[in-house]
Amino acid sequence: MLVERIEFGIINPEMVKRLAVAKLSKTEIYDQEGYPIEGGLMDPRLGVVDPGVRCRTCGGSVGECQGHFGYLELTKPVVHVHYAKILFGLLKLICRKCSRILIDPKEIEKIQSKRLGLKELMKLTRKKCPYCNSEQGKLKFIKPYSFSEGAELLSPVKLRERLEKIPNEDLEVIGFKKMRPEWLVLTLLPIPPVTVRPSITLETGERSEDDLTHKLVDIVRINERLKENIDLGAPDFIIEDLWELLQYHIGTYFDNEISGVPPARHRSGRILKTLSQRLKTKEGRFRGNLAGKRVNFSARTVISPDPMINIDEVGVPEVIAMELTVPVRVSENNLETMKKFVVNGPDIWPGANYVIRPDGRRKKITPQNKEEIVKEITPGYVIERHLKDGDIALFNRQPSLHRMSVMAHRVRVMPGKTFRLNLSVCPPYNADFDGDEMNLHIPQTEEAQVEAQILMSVQKHIRSPRFSGPIIGAFRDQISGLYLLTEGEKKFSREEFTQLIRAVDTEIEIPEKEYMTGKEIFSIFLPKNFSIELKAKSGEKVVIKNGKLIEGPIDKAAVGAEDGKILDKIEREYGAEAFKKFLFSITRLAIEVLMKSGFSISISDQDLPPQATQEIKNMIEGVRKEVDQSIEQFERGEIKILAGRTPKESLEHAIKITLNQSLNKIEEVLNKHLKNNYTLMMAKSGARGSLVNMVQTAAMIGQETIMGERMQRGYIDRTFPHFKKGDISLEAKGFVGRGFKSGLTPFEFFFDAINSRESLMDKSLKTRHSGYMERRLVGALQDLKVEYDDTVRDSANRIVQFVPGEDGLDPSKIERGGLDVDRIADRLFG
Amino acid sequence: MKEIDIRKHEVVPKHTLLNEKEKEELLKRYNITLKQLPRILASDPVIKLLNGQPGDVVMIERKSLTAGQADYFRVVIKG
Repeated sequence: MLVERIEFGIINPEMVKRLAVAKLSKTEIYDQEGYPIEGGLMDPRLGVVDPGVRCRTCGGSVGECQGHFGYLELTKPVVHVHYAKILFGLLKLICRKCSRILIDPKEIEKIQSKRLGLKELMKLTRKKCPYCNSEQGKLKFIKPYSFSEGAELLSPVKLRERLEKIPNEDLEVIGFKKMRPEWLVLTLLPIPPVTVRPSITLETGERSEDDLTHKLVDIVRINERLKENIDLGAPDFIIEDLWELLQYHIGTYFDNEISGVPPARHRSGRILKTLSQRLKTKEGRFRGNLAGKRVNFSARTVISPDPMINIDEVGVPEVIAMELTVPVRVSENNLETMKKFVVNGPDIWPGANYVIRPDGRRKKITPQNKEEIVKEITPGYVIERHLKDGDIALFNRQPSLHRMSVMAHRVRVMPGKTFRLNLSVCPPYNADFDGDEMNLHIPQTEEAQVEAQILMSVQKHIRSPRFSGPIIGAFRDQISGLYLLTEGEKKFSREEFTQLIRAVDTEIEIPEKEYMTGKEIFSIFLPKNFSIELKAKSGEKVVIKNGKLIEGPIDKAAVGAEDGKILDKIEREYGAEAFKKFLFSITRLAIEVLMKSGFSISISDQDLPPQATQEIKNMIEGVRKEVDQSIEQFERGEIKILAGRTPKESLEHAIKITLNQSLNKIEEVLNKHLKNNYTLMMAKSGARGSLVNMVQTAAMIGQETIMGERMQRGYIDRTFPHFKKGDISLEAKGFVGRGFKSGLTPFEFFFDAINSRESLMDKSLKTRHSGYMERRLVGALQDLKVEYDDTVRDSANRIVQFVPGEDGLDPSKIERGGLDVDRIADRLFG
Repeated sequence: MKEIDIRKHEVVPKHTLLNEKEKEELLKRYNITLKQLPRILASDPVIKLLNGQPGDVVMIERKSLTAGQADYFRVVIKG
């Protein structure tokens, strides 16, 4: 069937009748034998949910028949809750007596083609009907589904009468086309097919009905009661009550979260999930089942590091590899290998779980039937074999904020129960190993596998389009190790350097030397004609000439993820494969260096010699005095007032500057006095931590701030009750002149806690904000595509940009804002 | 008050209406119909100054930091 067009509108009662295959009215669902009653809510004409039964309407079995609608004739009309507001707008717009629109015909001519909304039309209405000149009573909307005119309540029957009388030409002015407003008041209720609300048979044989069925039973029951009472001529108040009850049930059938109405509950007290609740929210039909789905051939588990596998590999536990499969078509060439998989069966890796016969029949391989299946396998069969080394898999970690959050890796099946990944791919995924979990997806067709490999493999994502540098690179221990090796002129004996080199590569020739320096060892792994000059993180000059590290240490600025200049150049000039090899080599080297030399930190790393402690003490004292002086100046009114600031603000600014300067000075003192230890080394090389962290532990924390200001909240005019009111000295405003190592006073600790809490809040708020921004951006851009003629087009094939990004440059490949074509040409041809 | 020609302002890029031949060439170059071009309202201040009519195509020569100049084409629509 071809869908030509879809029309959105309000369903017509005639249409309800036409779509329906059965008129329902029975309150019972099943008879004594447990068979569904015809005319009941599980009418066999509405479709099938039980296997083995055929549909009474179309003859289809489960899966073939998608179900058929029925309908219920309502004894009295009721309002559709979601249309109540529109109804009210309409009622106000028309004459209470003659149902003509309350706008002057002359006025109508003017607005005929303007498509005004209800609100704008309301502004044009007259107090008196321009047609019959009758007075208009005051209408009131009593939430959620009643209306009154003056003191009189308007019943849905009256509503319908009024709406029916509106002439079509007036409706067109309001904006109704091919639609009648009386359809907003329900007279017939469509009953959804049973496939929409399947009943479940419990192990005990008991039947458990769907929430919607429960709700529908209530509706049918009250509808019948109402009919009986009317037929019997029951007093008006009884009929009114039943009618109201019917309205309630139909209201909650559509939406069980109407404000002001108690939600309909299950017998157990659980709130029923009705139509609106099925569609709404993240778990609803739209966001949960249509925009996003659960997928097959995927796995999720905890991740852990493995420096022995390459950056484009992923370690997959054997148990997962035996569950995830790849379909392989049997040919004459692979017949024997395929047979071996089947012989191994589902429980021995590498085996197979299913075979698909040429006629499309799927058969599960079991230890019992595998011998039989092996015999029948011929070319044309498809074997769903276990995952094995070298298969392509997509690896992902949430939140998937950029394209590097999903990359294609090659599978390495391993013992254990965690996914293993090389440490260097942690930055693009933003992963660590404190319990992070990641997802794995197996592309099932050759096209998908090839596409994943070409577009998504790790090698293709070394450079980030965010800053056009390598996002994959060394970090943490890798940097520590290389720094330790290359810093200064360390000498390694023949035995030592042989071990280091052999740990990386068993092929490389060992140089015929008595001794080798760390720099020489590192140089072995550089490309032969590689030259670069750069500045190390510490400011030292690093020189590499013709593949030899001549001076300077290797640190974060050289090989770090996001910063590594050497990595950047290697990727640019020698390609992704060379980059991969180089990174893998230096990773192995760094780890080997750390293992051989040992690497540990201690609290004593933060110890300062007595004179340094004294120096810092004096410095803090000096800051105090300076600030006190500023305060005195301020109190005498002598402070230098800065442009655009009040005297108070000028003082705060002066204090801030003084404090910042003191922190810098303390950093210098630390630099001078700290012995060269591993903690300092990590900070200097960029492996972990910073000098600020060391200052905070060894010397002082400094000023605690909230929203960039010194502490000022708490009590009136002071931060703690033991300060004088209006005290603006350092201590009273959250200055902490001590480090973590010496310990904080309770008050200082409290200030620090305030500061920490603020940063924590900021962080969580910021991530939420940027997450939502991302979602909206993706929504706006998701179907833009660069076509083969280099134009950017949307899903309707309209041009958005004539050249991608105005310049046609790939942001991950540019250098200093553009492409240096001459240099590239020189390298390639010169 | 003195009437100001906004086209002379430095942040307003140069707009020129294409003639029929240029228009045809453009559509042929990208193998598109007028409907697939980005749109601009006839009530846009610059289009009003150029007296652009719905169906006309305007070329906008934008300055670009990375590309020097970036040409953009928009079709004038009613409004």
